[in-house]
Amino acid sequence: MSLNQLSASEVSARVRAGEISAREVLEASLQQIHAVDGCSGSLDYQPNDPAEEQKVHAFIRLTEDLARSQADEVDRKLAEGENPGILAGVPVSIKDIFTLHGIETTAASRILWNFKPPYTATPVQKLINAGALILGKANLDEFTFGSSNESSAYQPAPVNPWDPTRVPGGSSGGSTASVAAEEVALSLGTDTGGSIRQPAAFCGVVGLKPTYGRVSRYGLMAFSSSLDCPGPIARNVSDAALMLQAIAGVDPKDSTSSVLPTSNYIDALKEGVKGLRVGLSPDYAHLYYPDFETGELAQESIQKEISQAVEHAASVLADLGAEIVENVPLPNAKYGIPTYFVVSRVEAASNLHRFDGVKYGYRTPVEVEDLQDLIRRTRAEGFGSQVKLRILMGMYLSSEGFAANYYQRALKVRAMIRRDFERAFDPNGEHRLDVILTPTTATTAFKRNDVFGNTVRMQYSDQMTVSANHAGIPAVSIPGGLDANNLPIGIQFIGPDFREDLILRAGYAYEQATQTEAWRAIRPAVLSQEVKK
Amino acid sequence: MSISRINPELFHKLVGLAALELTEDEGAYLLTEMNNQLSSVNALLQVPLDEDIQPTLHGIQCQGAGPRADLWQPFPTPGEILAGAPETEDGMFAVPDVKGAK
Repeated sequence: MSLNQLSASEVSARVRAGEISAREVLEASLQQIHAVDGCSGSLDYQPNDPAEEQKVHAFIRLTEDLARSQADEVDRKLAEGENPGILAGVPVSIKDIFTLHGIETTAASRILWNFKPPYTATPVQKLINAGALILGKANLDEFTFGSSNESSAYQPAPVNPWDPTRVPGGSSGGSTASVAAEEVALSLGTDTGGSIRQPAAFCGVVGLKPTYGRVSRYGLMAFSSSLDCPGPIARNVSDAALMLQAIAGVDPKDSTSSVLPTSNYIDALKEGVKGLRVGLSPDYAHLYYPDFETGELAQESIQKEISQAVEHAASVLADLGAEIVENVPLPNAKYGIPTYFVVSRVEAASNLHRFDGVKYGYRTPVEVEDLQDLIRRTRAEGFGSQVKLRILMGMYLSSEGFAANYYQRALKVRAMIRRDFERAFDPNGEHRLDVILTPTTATTAFKRNDVFGNTVRMQYSDQMTVSANHAGIPAVSIPGGLDANNLPIGIQFIGPDFREDLILRAGYAYEQATQTEAWRAIRPAVLSQEVKK
Repeated sequence: MSISRINPELFHKLVGLAALELTEDEGAYLLTEMNNQLSSVNALLQVPLDEDIQPTLHGIQCQGAGPRADLWQPFPTPGEILAGAPETEDGMFAVPDVKGAK
């Protein structure tokens, strides 16, 4: 087994034991990146090499020098008998929405061209403090606005390592692709409506959205401030727990970060699922999609293999001693996307007013008449269409005369979505659940260009994930099989507030019990030389 | 409640308020997509709201330590911030004149 295939836990253990050096791990990772990733995303990409079509393109920028200095620091600490941290020598990518002091941070948008932040985001700093090696900034949908990575201003966009003709999902698609392609062991992503879990499902990796406030948002460029959650992406559940351990906790620089103590997520994994009450809901069996004329919701079935994977997971957990509780009502989950269209757009529009070409980033090079002209032209040239769409929609939905119909109503529906989960998890209620098991997505990864441009269809790929964001509760997507096209299927565990330990326990138990299943031996196409033409 | 659509006149007003400029094609695309998204949003108008439900700004009640004390703290390296600006003059951000300003 190559160093790149090792889990983060194994890398850290071997580095700390002195069996391998952090520098060796780093060089192996860089070698893998150079073999499979191809060119990094850029603002002036001109496609002229067919070989690039088969590459992953997970990164906007590699930070090799930074990673080398971090590796040397880990090796120095070990040589001098100091504790290098729980992520000693573990290669990590960072979604390029987190600031990193002195390193260009783009949010995959032209408007942040050449922006070098004067400070580092708290979760990134915590990774560094824990001994991780930051190898680069991963590509994403522009300002996280998308579910396929195709909206990035930095092209070529990342592709799915399991089939490069398909999207990796999004918006943390570069992050999940970099982990699936064994370029790094871990990645730091963000999840506002499903942006960690949906691409994790599409790329066959583990993606965890923690409880809102569990991980600091300081240094994360805000999309929707009441929904954004930084979280781990890993190749197995243990690694996700390990990374969460490193990044969770209160931060005086983020007033919404929770003062509640963190759990020992790693030790909790071994507690098993015997006696856990695992809920299944019929409200997660379908995709609810709007009729453009009437606004009413029509119903579509989710991909059959995904339903079967969820049923199989329930059966595996039952065999391990969990109690399966069927027919748990979560009736307002179907309003998750309409509610998200309102809440996230209103908050995004507010957050995006700060980008004006005055203080940092891109400024139009053309001659302008005055300051207003400068701002208009800079924003017109600097923002992509998806960003403009969110600004306009947010302004409309929050404008006088419409806010009562839409924004205020959406906040009430959000409260009803939250109440459904409170009832399901109520220890004195009818269902008394510990976790809820659902599909992560309604389909496996779709083809590039198939959905991009249809913003409603794209948004509905987050139908199964978005309600956990509205409710603020934790949820994790883990690999649950492959479909007939050898594309990964994601299953999701949702838990009560601050009970990441419970959803990780359930995921770990399922993962361990299915280690010998045939699908686990199949590797992403970019790693097995089976890339489709 | 009536179902809304965004007409071109309102759309152009929003574009101006958002300090944006759009090409004709981009404007046509964005208006279509806004109305498509509004079709989804309009589903909210059909939701029977629970009588006792209160709007929530966050899913969970914030368990945070709350805001820091509102104290002036000088940034240690202001030159680093200015170095990232598109244009500076005498240690300040420089911009074109504001229309009508003297």
